[in-house]
Amino acid sequence: MKGMAIVIQNLSKKFEDVTAVNCLNLEIEKGELFGLLGPNGAGKTTTIKILCGLLEPTSGSTSVGGYNTQKETERVKTLIGVCPQDTAVYQHLSGRENIKLFGDLHAVPKEKLKARVEELLRKLSLLDDANRRAGKYSGGMMRRVNLAMALINDPEIAFLDEPTVGMDPQSRRAVWDFIRELKNQGKTVILTTHYMEEAQELCDRVGVIDHGILIALGSPDQLKDKFKAKNLEEVFISLTGRGIREGL
Amino acid sequence: MNFQRIWALVEKNLKTVTREPGMLFMIVLFPVILTLVFGVSFGAIGGNEPTSYQVGVVNMDTSSPYREWSSYFIGNLTLTKILNVQIYSTNETAQNDLVQGKIQAVIIVPENFGWSCRSFWEVPNDPARWTNTTLQLYLDSGLPIATAAIPPIVQQALVKTIYVVQPTMSYGPVAVSNPSLIKASRFTMFDYMAPGMFAFFALFLIMTVSQSFTFEREKGLLRRIYTTPTSSSELMTGEAVSNMVLGMIQVAIVIAMSFVGGYRPPVDVASFILAFIVLAVFSLGCVGFGLIAATIAKSSGAATGIAFIFIIPQMMLGTYVSGGLSGLAQLAGKFVPSYYVTDALTSLFLRGAPISSSTIMLDLAVVSVSSVAVLLVGIMLFKKYGKA
Repeated sequence: MKGMAIVIQNLSKKFEDVTAVNCLNLEIEKGELFGLLGPNGAGKTTTIKILCGLLEPTSGSTSVGGYNTQKETERVKTLIGVCPQDTAVYQHLSGRENIKLFGDLHAVPKEKLKARVEELLRKLSLLDDANRRAGKYSGGMMRRVNLAMALINDPEIAFLDEPTVGMDPQSRRAVWDFIRELKNQGKTVILTTHYMEEAQELCDRVGVIDHGILIALGSPDQLKDKFKAKNLEEVFISLTGRGIREGL
Repeated sequence: MNFQRIWALVEKNLKTVTREPGMLFMIVLFPVILTLVFGVSFGAIGGNEPTSYQVGVVNMDTSSPYREWSSYFIGNLTLTKILNVQIYSTNETAQNDLVQGKIQAVIIVPENFGWSCRSFWEVPNDPARWTNTTLQLYLDSGLPIATAAIPPIVQQALVKTIYVVQPTMSYGPVAVSNPSLIKASRFTMFDYMAPGMFAFFALFLIMTVSQSFTFEREKGLLRRIYTTPTSSSELMTGEAVSNMVLGMIQVAIVIAMSFVGGYRPPVDVASFILAFIVLAVFSLGCVGFGLIAATIAKSSGAATGIAFIFIIPQMMLGTYVSGGLSGLAQLAGKFVPSYYVTDALTSLFLRGAPISSSTIMLDLAVVSVSSVAVLLVGIMLFKKYGKA
């Protein structure tokens, strides 16, 4: 038993009359690469925001790395790295400056930070353009900088909210390799994605959430067997239906 | 408080300003252009020639035995080289020209002016035996700079007439409404405007702060910062420090541009340092107003409009614009922090007050208390309602 990186107990979050998360229970082991799947507006991002201490739950409790996210938010923030769904990058800073800024905000020691910035730039194939302003980057490059900013503090637990949206296949593969490397280093990764192929390729386990309720949980193979599906996408469709959803 | 984080935020803000054309315009180009325009328009640039005013003089003291005193006084008015004196035979004609804007002021020299001056010289140490009188002064209320500039110049000419060179006492037999003693002959319109201009430019920090916070909120950058261990107080300290630096840069630019154009306030380095301190403290208040605007605004576009709700009253009531306002508006000005900034800088640069002057210290105290209060309110509101 490795111990739990994340524990969610009876978590609910309501926004006025909309229930975004409804009595969610989930445990994620340390070192696990966990995929959180669901249609638009299912409650994935809300769950992640609560785990990062950005939102207060309406009820229930959550802990990250053994710390209560509501009561010990500062401790939690030292353990985590967050790659938001929408690219949040300072356009007038270069890629290198954006990554370094977040290293400084995590108070990474100067010497270590310099080496870490170069390492991330190299691993995410950003070295050649590191000194260009991020506003001039392509969508894929911006996404990679977005990811590097999340991981600059070498976090124990990484929340990656749709990190490969809008990337070309080459960039996506490079990011997949990078995520696998994180897992090999023993990091816990919580990945939300709409790409079922990505979840199938990378995740140890996936949880499917819809209308704020966890409706399926298991490894990709377990779920395929259970729902007698050829792939995870079929499992997803059979669980959530074919109707088009809009996010909150 | 972690200084690595605070410095990183300051560095980020300063880089953003220097690289973002809109911000760069507001912080650097706007003061440069406006100072140049004002300098050219109002006299500091293009030589140190004083601005002149058309002044009508009605001399009622033409038949008394001591009428040479009034001639001497009118001669002294002319010698200031700021007042172009035009003699009128009647008050009505002079008032007509004043109403029509042909002249900016009318001075009525009373019938007993010569008697009054003579009485002073006969018994200079016995005020009870002086013949007291008053010079009537009418000013064009639509010209704030003239309104501010002419009374001290008249006072200066009067002092020179009565005392010849240096005043021997603080009062005399002839009074005018404004007792300020300034070296008017050295001042241009720009000199009168400069103290208010420093406060005026600092006010625009309200807009840049509100825009930058709402922009960062819209783009998810603030939320992202809050996923790091950075505390609200570190974030706000970074913002306050960077905006104080920007405020100082603006002031330095305005002073440098003014100097290039010939602005030479008769003060020492210590006065400039104190002016920087006053403006640095004021910029904290501007950060506070910016945070309040950012809390209310839903978008960076709206933030600009809301920022002007805080900028306009302070600009109109507390900077160089306020000179020609009504009594009520001038009273209202005492409730805006920029009034005290302008007053402190006017005392320093125009009135030549020493840095330890009680007026300046009081102004600095008001600016400090109001700035800290507004900043705290801004931080509190933004933390509670503005982060999301």
